[in-house]
Amino acid sequence: MSKTSNPYQDDRGNKDRSITKDGGGGLELPKSTGKARPAPGGPFLAAENMTGGYGGADILHDCTLTVEKGQIAVIVGPNGAGKSTAMKAVFGMLNLRAGQVRLDGEDISGLSPQDRVARGMGFVPQVNNVFPSMSVEENLEMGAFLRRDDFRRTMEQVYDLFPILKDKRRQAAGELSGGQRQQVAVGRALMTQPKLLMLDEPTAGVSPIVMDELFDRIIEVARTGISILMVEQNARQALEIADRGYVLVQGANRYTDTGEALLANPDVRRTFLGG
Amino acid sequence: MDFLNAIVALLNFVIIPATAYGAQLALGALGVTLIYGILRFSNFAHGDTMAFGTGMVILVTWLFQSWGLHFGPLPTALLALPFGIAITAALVLATDKAVYRFYRRQKAAPVILVIVSMGVMFVMNGVTRFVIGVDEIRFDDGARFLINAGDFKKATGLAEGLAFRSSQALTIVTAVVVVAALFWFLNRTRTGKSMRAYSDNEDLALLSGINPERVVTVTWIIASGLAVIAGTLYGLDKSFKAFNYFQLLLPIFASAIVGGLGSPLGAIAGGFLIAFSEVGFTYAWKKVATYVLPESLAPDGLVQLLSTDYKFAVSFAILIVVLLFKPTGLFKGKSV
Ligand SMILES: Nc1ncnc2c1ncn2[C@@H]1O[C@H](COP(=O)(O)OP(=O)(O)O)[C@@H](O)[C@H]1O
Ligand SMILES: [Mg+2]
Repeated sequence: MSKTSNPYQDDRGNKDRSITKDGGGGLELPKSTGKARPAPGGPFLAAENMTGGYGGADILHDCTLTVEKGQIAVIVGPNGAGKSTAMKAVFGMLNLRAGQVRLDGEDISGLSPQDRVARGMGFVPQVNNVFPSMSVEENLEMGAFLRRDDFRRTMEQVYDLFPILKDKRRQAAGELSGGQRQQVAVGRALMTQPKLLMLDEPTAGVSPIVMDELFDRIIEVARTGISILMVEQNARQALEIADRGYVLVQGANRYTDTGEALLANPDVRRTFLGG
Repeated sequence: MDFLNAIVALLNFVIIPATAYGAQLALGALGVTLIYGILRFSNFAHGDTMAFGTGMVILVTWLFQSWGLHFGPLPTALLALPFGIAITAALVLATDKAVYRFYRRQKAAPVILVIVSMGVMFVMNGVTRFVIGVDEIRFDDGARFLINAGDFKKATGLAEGLAFRSSQALTIVTAVVVVAALFWFLNRTRTGKSMRAYSDNEDLALLSGINPERVVTVTWIIASGLAVIAGTLYGLDKSFKAFNYFQLLLPIFASAIVGGLGSPLGAIAGGFLIAFSEVGFTYAWKKVATYVLPESLAPDGLVQLLSTDYKFAVSFAILIVVLLFKPTGLFKGKSV
């Protein structure tokens, strides 16, 4: 928060942690501007022709992402291509200038992220995706914050999926290893029993063994009928498990195909998969 | 016998007063640490919130006394406490709506909020003096002593008397109850957990559907409650004087920082550490030393390390020493 046009946000170079605590949220979530409208037909998730950005220049240009029920869609692309931005747009964290998002036969373009969670979306952000000083169990409880019913069964299901979390459920999430923390983050998103799970680089910074393990778990989640939309740096491995793959470049769809076909496509291989 | 006398003197002049003072500091520091942890700034108005709240408690106490309402052996102020808390919380919430919320909407840098809280401090300071005056006020009634020095001497036959004032006992009991309730609230209830979640990761809390305005409101209410309780206990134990509460801000901040800012457990540990050091350094140890040391070694001077005028220097010396070796405070709060 150094150079900004808003003088209130200028901290005048203050570094004194005895009077201020940093890490405050910068998020300004859009409010719901409308209701969900029925829009039958089409894929389970259809985010079509999304155009927009963070207020300045557009980051996304006519970007389209779709996922079928119980399938895995993977977004790959170079750094800064707008993959995370596309995920935020699908989740309603961005004010889009154009485009629409449909989920399970409903147009949810006007809904806030919280309302989208209530409609069955679960989102695991790329960074800062756990509550570090809270225990694993409390992280899961916070995931279920919007639920007013008994969520103990869902918690058991999460523990069945990630047994290590059950052993560590009293431990603070911030003390866990990178891979375990990602499991907490995914578990937290699963607590609302989403129909669509969105993961932004779930394997960032974990070892190859842990990555394979995480991919196995994600396939397991998809088998229960939950659709997955995932951004991945490890493009090759991710496309191997993808039913559908998107190559995003400068906020626009460059290639769209099945994961298999993209892996076989010589252009994609040369430019994005390193030969 | 001398050894027993030494222990009694130690209890009487150091341990009991420091424990009561520590409990008061701990309650004050808890409020500071809670606001720091959740609203992300050090609230300089906390001392004057204590003063205002205690002033309100005193006014309600006088009202009750004029009605002939008493609380048996306990001070009437205890009956007035809930009303004092309610009035103070209302004022603090109104301040939040009128002042702090604007800066929250602007996503103002926390350091701006620190300065804003200083402005609030001056206003509250003035309001308190305007309402209740600048004089020293004693408002404790009910039984004065749990253990009386004269009775103790008679019963035990010791040369040293032990006095345990009821305000000290009340302070300790109340602090234990309040701290237990606070920890239960933060660790066991849905609202308490959502406050910790908000403190940990504001953005993720928002995405999880936690309402930030509600978290902020509850935080202010709890901090007001802690401030009024701490202020009232301090006033009962010593006396009420608006300016003293402003000064109390120093050891309270020292307690919160030494313990680890943002850590409730640290605030409590810090409160007692600061209180015991303050009392320990400013107490004239001659009496205790005379009892335990052989006659040849008996001290001539007072054996007082620092004059009581310097008691605030003790807080800061401790603060510096602890932070040199453990920059995050004793209980791993934020690195300072
Ligand atoms: N919060 C933000 N505000 C403004 N610009 C942003 C923000 N986040 C990302 N950007 C910009 O959007 C572009 C795409 O970023 P991002 O979606 O994070 O890319 P990717 O996830 O593909 O690496 C980048 O140019 C980045 O600078
Ligand atoms: Mg990204």
